[in-house]
Amino acid sequence: MSDLPLLTIITFLPLVGAGFILFVRGQEAQVAANARNVALLTSLATFILSLFLWVGFDPTTADYQFVEKAEWLPAFNISYSMGIDGISLFFVLLSTFLTPICILSSWEAVTKRVKEYMIAFLVLETMMVGMFCALDAFLFYIFFEAVLIPMFIIIGVWGGARRVYAAFKFFLYTLLGSVLMLLAFLTMYFHAGTSDIATLMTTDFAYGMQIWLWLAIFASFAVKVPMWPVHTWLPDAHVEAPTAGSVILAGVLLKMGGYGFLRFSVPMLPEATELFTPLVYTLSVVAIIYTSMVALVQQDMKKMIAYSSVAHMGMVTIGIFAMTQQAVEGAIFQMLSHGIVSGALFLCVGVVYDRLHTRDIERYGGVANVMPRYALVFMVFMMASVGLPGTAGFVGEFLIIVGVFQVNTWVALLAATGLILGAMYMLWLYRKIIFGKLEREDVKAMLDLSKREIAIVAPLVVMVLWMGIYPSSFLDPMAVSVENLITKYQTALQAAGSLPLAAR
Amino acid sequence: MTMTSALNLSAFLPELLLAVAAMALLMFGVFSKGDSTRTVGWLTVATFVVAAVLVVTGEPDQTAFNGALIFDSFAVFSKVLILAGAVFTLIMALQWLEAEKLGRFEYSIVIMLATLGMLMMVSANDLMSLYVGLELQSLSAYVIAAYNRDNLRSTEAGLKYFVLGSVASGLLLFGMSFVYGFSGTTSFAGIAELLSHGHAPTGMLVGLVFMLAGLSFKVSAAPFHMWTPDVYEGAPTPVTGFFAIAPKVAALALMARVLLGPFAEMADQWQQVVWLVAVLSMFIGSFAAITQTNIKRLMAYSSIGHVGYALIGLTVADQEGVRGMLIYLAIYLFMNVGTFAVILSMRQKGRATENISDLAGLSKTHPMMALWLAVFMFSMAGIPPLAGFFGKLYVFLAAIQAEMYALAVIGVLTSVVSAFYYLRIIKVMYFDEALEPFDRPSRATSAILGLCGLFVTLFILYPSPILGAAEAAAASLFAVGG
Repeated sequence: MSDLPLLTIITFLPLVGAGFILFVRGQEAQVAANARNVALLTSLATFILSLFLWVGFDPTTADYQFVEKAEWLPAFNISYSMGIDGISLFFVLLSTFLTPICILSSWEAVTKRVKEYMIAFLVLETMMVGMFCALDAFLFYIFFEAVLIPMFIIIGVWGGARRVYAAFKFFLYTLLGSVLMLLAFLTMYFHAGTSDIATLMTTDFAYGMQIWLWLAIFASFAVKVPMWPVHTWLPDAHVEAPTAGSVILAGVLLKMGGYGFLRFSVPMLPEATELFTPLVYTLSVVAIIYTSMVALVQQDMKKMIAYSSVAHMGMVTIGIFAMTQQAVEGAIFQMLSHGIVSGALFLCVGVVYDRLHTRDIERYGGVANVMPRYALVFMVFMMASVGLPGTAGFVGEFLIIVGVFQVNTWVALLAATGLILGAMYMLWLYRKIIFGKLEREDVKAMLDLSKREIAIVAPLVVMVLWMGIYPSSFLDPMAVSVENLITKYQTALQAAGSLPLAAR
Repeated sequence: MTMTSALNLSAFLPELLLAVAAMALLMFGVFSKGDSTRTVGWLTVATFVVAAVLVVTGEPDQTAFNGALIFDSFAVFSKVLILAGAVFTLIMALQWLEAEKLGRFEYSIVIMLATLGMLMMVSANDLMSLYVGLELQSLSAYVIAAYNRDNLRSTEAGLKYFVLGSVASGLLLFGMSFVYGFSGTTSFAGIAELLSHGHAPTGMLVGLVFMLAGLSFKVSAAPFHMWTPDVYEGAPTPVTGFFAIAPKVAALALMARVLLGPFAEMADQWQQVVWLVAVLSMFIGSFAAITQTNIKRLMAYSSIGHVGYALIGLTVADQEGVRGMLIYLAIYLFMNVGTFAVILSMRQKGRATENISDLAGLSKTHPMMALWLAVFMFSMAGIPPLAGFFGKLYVFLAAIQAEMYALAVIGVLTSVVSAFYYLRIIKVMYFDEALEPFDRPSRATSAILGLCGLFVTLFILYPSPILGAAEAAAASLFAVGG
């Protein structure tokens, strides 16, 4: 570890880039080109810097690493404190990995107000990375909420026909959940005398208090994940957002909820977590089965993938709350793989949408004949989404089900049915678009992937296969942190006199 | 607290300066040949700045006029806010009135008198000085509400404000007479002394409730808010901006001074009333604003809501609460000055417009102005990392610490509702297609806009000065009241 404040640099480098773009002046085309280049370079530089985190990460300890601490509000004992552990490491990487891809994918798709678009994306990156690195509850909250601003603008300005409705729904839904979390943080802050996350994790909260705190925090993260029945903002937001917006939304923003559960609900409020685990199971199982069925009948490609996201995130929440080593690692892995796979699927939708300007599944058919390379790429991601062994999707889902099975067989069984339904709609989608008769003239005229598009999807394909074939590179660094999380959880429950779930 | 002499004019210097300057400038305006609007205006600004310097450098913790006025850190903090609000709004008003061909030198004079009244209000330490200050401010406000006297709406606003304001003043006076009747003194210290001896007589309570009603009217808290939208809409825009900022600060500070000073012992009783007023204000401020199409009316409801949040701090009735309220007011001042800088720049082909829909496409025609207004709107909605979030954070902090969970929950939920209409303005600016562009805003207004915008965005980096000052101010209030 060097003395360089690496996390701060990674977090705020995009903001610096955004500042540069803000002051770009000149002809509109010139400004747009400069903005694109600066944004791409900044985000690539950020990504490369973030790789140093992975290299320098010590997987043998559960302590926070790359820790930085500076006084911010000394009177209130609130500090600017950053650091990562095995759980947050890959979320940081996921954010920095997807942002350049998003920027590259918008290269030609976004033609109006390019400057503002790039600024919004870079600001968004800062907020996302900062949120995963924050080690102070208020700092976390600030980043968590600030994400809303650029995302609101991205959906609202560059979105589809019903973009205003979608942007408002997205903003207000998430805000409503978050403000309750703020109150919970304030209560915890007064109870513990600090908002330092590590200290909060070791603070005992009274049982009655835990229940209310848990519910308030749950309100925020459940909306963000999103869990049934507060998922309705997601299909709207996904459908109306521009392609890159959907990628970030599915790829990173949804993970903020899962990450929040792991960082706050479970370690800080173990007894309430145990009490509410059946509730989470129920909601997640409903989400998996119900939203999968809803996905089956969608006519809009993006909407289908959006519903599939809800189902996949249902698996994640089951995994988190099962609280066994496999399940939690599986949940984190599933979040990462879902981040890449669903992001990639939205990019695939974006590719054909750029050519035909419709997302109606019926309008396509026989695309394999004119776009063979596209068909191949799409197949990889589709299979990963279904959970084919050898792809990223398999590892996470398998681990979750194995982990949950030890705790609750019924939940494991019901969650597994979701996989079957998932295979049904994804295969149906693939058949409708890629195979079938090539009849329509405009579909016949579609061109295969351009070099730029290949450059966008190639890293994603590599990641999907890497994660599927050699998951240890990702599972090993998180293992100790997860073990530590689970041990502490079990100890807290034992101390409180209730039996840990795994021992039942 | 030291009392050098009974009169102690040195402590009273800023007020004295304003009073003398107002009269001198009035003479100057009357006797000077030609149009003296600009000269008088800038001299007024200079006077305010000098007064602010006097306020800051003055010796703290003094009383004057046999204890009728008090000069503690709380008064200093509030006075600086009031003078800052008055300076900013006056500078913008001068540009706007000139463009509208409404420029008359009396405007600055009346503003100065109103400011004088406000300075006295926050220093009041006696029911008499309270009333004198309040009435000086109110009467000046009635006059400038009707400043555009050839305009039907402006005169209507002035008249409405006058009639309703007089009723409120009457209520206040009536309540004060009760308090005097049951305590035998008008001095805050005397009342506090009396109440500290045990159970408060019922008449005292009646008096307090009437006083609360009158004061709630002055801060435009629900359910005494009815006048606000009409007056805000009818009054000339710079006047609206002035109303939304300085008098609010003054009246809220006065309310805190009265409730936590002489009536601190009765906190159990008045807390319930203030609780209800705060909750109602937050509700009205968030729900009623949703359907507004006129930006001034919108700002009126928005200000009602903000008063509700500031009152959370007062309801808590401890030092943290007052600190939260003062921080909230300081941030509110900058957000509102900035927003009104944009509203005052809403001019198409030399004519002022005030429909929200006129902002359509502002992000294309005036990108910087749109950016700053978006910043203010997000900030007012309480979205981090902007200053407005911290304003709300500190009042909720106080409420949670005092275990007033219901109040905090209602507060955050209404803030989500209010986020809807703040977002609507951003939507109009960023998502809608551009209409006719606005005229170039004047340089002074743009500068103020940029200043406020920077304050709101960068507050997060270095909040300590304002936090520290608010802390000291809150402490001083309790040192005296306790």
